[in-house]
Amino acid sequence: MSATNSSARDWSSHPPLLYPPYRSTLLRAPTRPLVPLKHERSERSGPVYGHDRIGALDHDLTRNGARTGEPLGERIIVTGRVLDEAGRPIRNSLIEIWQANAAGRYIHKVDQHGAPIDPNFFGGGRCITDGDGRYRFLTIKPGAYPWGNHPNAWRPNHIHLSLLGPTIASRLVTQMYFPGDPLLAHDPIFQGTPEKARNRLISSFSLDATEEGFALGYVFDIVLRGSNETPFEHH
Amino acid sequence: MAKGQTPSQTVGPYFAYGLVAEQYGYPHTQIATGTIAGEGERIAITGRIIDGKGEAVSDAMIEVWLPEAGFGRVGTGTAKDLSFTFNTVKPLRRSEFEAPSITAIVFMRGLLSHLFTRIYFEDEAEDNASDNVLNSVPQPRRTTLIAKREGPGQYRFDIHLQGEHETVFFDL
Repeated sequence: MSATNSSARDWSSHPPLLYPPYRSTLLRAPTRPLVPLKHERSERSGPVYGHDRIGALDHDLTRNGARTGEPLGERIIVTGRVLDEAGRPIRNSLIEIWQANAAGRYIHKVDQHGAPIDPNFFGGGRCITDGDGRYRFLTIKPGAYPWGNHPNAWRPNHIHLSLLGPTIASRLVTQMYFPGDPLLAHDPIFQGTPEKARNRLISSFSLDATEEGFALGYVFDIVLRGSNETPFEHH
Repeated sequence: MAKGQTPSQTVGPYFAYGLVAEQYGYPHTQIATGTIAGEGERIAITGRIIDGKGEAVSDAMIEVWLPEAGFGRVGTGTAKDLSFTFNTVKPLRRSEFEAPSITAIVFMRGLLSHLFTRIYFEDEAEDNASDNVLNSVPQPRRTTLIAKREGPGQYRFDIHLQGEHETVFFDL
């Protein structure tokens, strides 16, 4: 268990609960204001999962679902640092990811999109940040796919990420997008994010992160709530 | 230099194989389940997540955190009645102003940012009456945070996203 302090959720950076262009919010967004809660022990702490919980191929989605060969699609490297709001690294922290395959199809049983399943791609992985807060995944660039939100609706290419961070208050589930994707302008999930913060969801292509002859590199830094200073108790 | 928080995005409808794979039968492990180890009174908390139409949500994920015991995570898509169940230790009160409670986080398609709530216990009325957080909630809405006792060690905690019984969610 870790214990630390956490600044407030900055609602000028996060999407609102009700955003009518994203239709699923209509019946699911609470209608009454959130009640402020002063942090007690439960909010100043959170679960910790160490390297011992991570399998050798958990970070490598190009291999962890392979059965008869390699997955189809464009190999990519997704790497970056997990930081607090002061820019300090968040170390030994769990990141879980899941995504569609290169054709835009999820392995999930509920996904009925008519694009093919890739028998050699599962699409889930996880890793722990290192001493610099850095993480690195190998994967396949996910495809765009249609969804039922509005006529001719397509999700931009994206990877889902789930981060625990140092406390329950720093918990974050987000999505990483790719630079230059023309679907971003039409996606209500991306567009529901306040304009000033949207570009924080878009990774950057990086030749430094690219491995010659193997895979293109994208860099995506993630900033969690809080200032990861020496823990102390508020009274 | 101050850095802006990375925005939240919805967990979407297809998280199960990534986050709760074992529960849903996918070939991948999960870091936490509906069972939380711990010494003390063992209890089960069951509930459903109800949308604005009064229908149970089939694609939500709920996490719970007990600093004394551990972390739990369950999806609502595998039980016939779309319920979640946590088998856990019942927490003790943490101070004279903190009744026994469990912090819960709710994620689902249609939630662009996750929701925080708390689970208190019906049979801890005396402690509940002196709890700082419960007392900060308008009186008529406090019952939405209190799990009903349905039998020995059995509690019910439904989460209403909207409507007359809308659950209290916290900004924390």
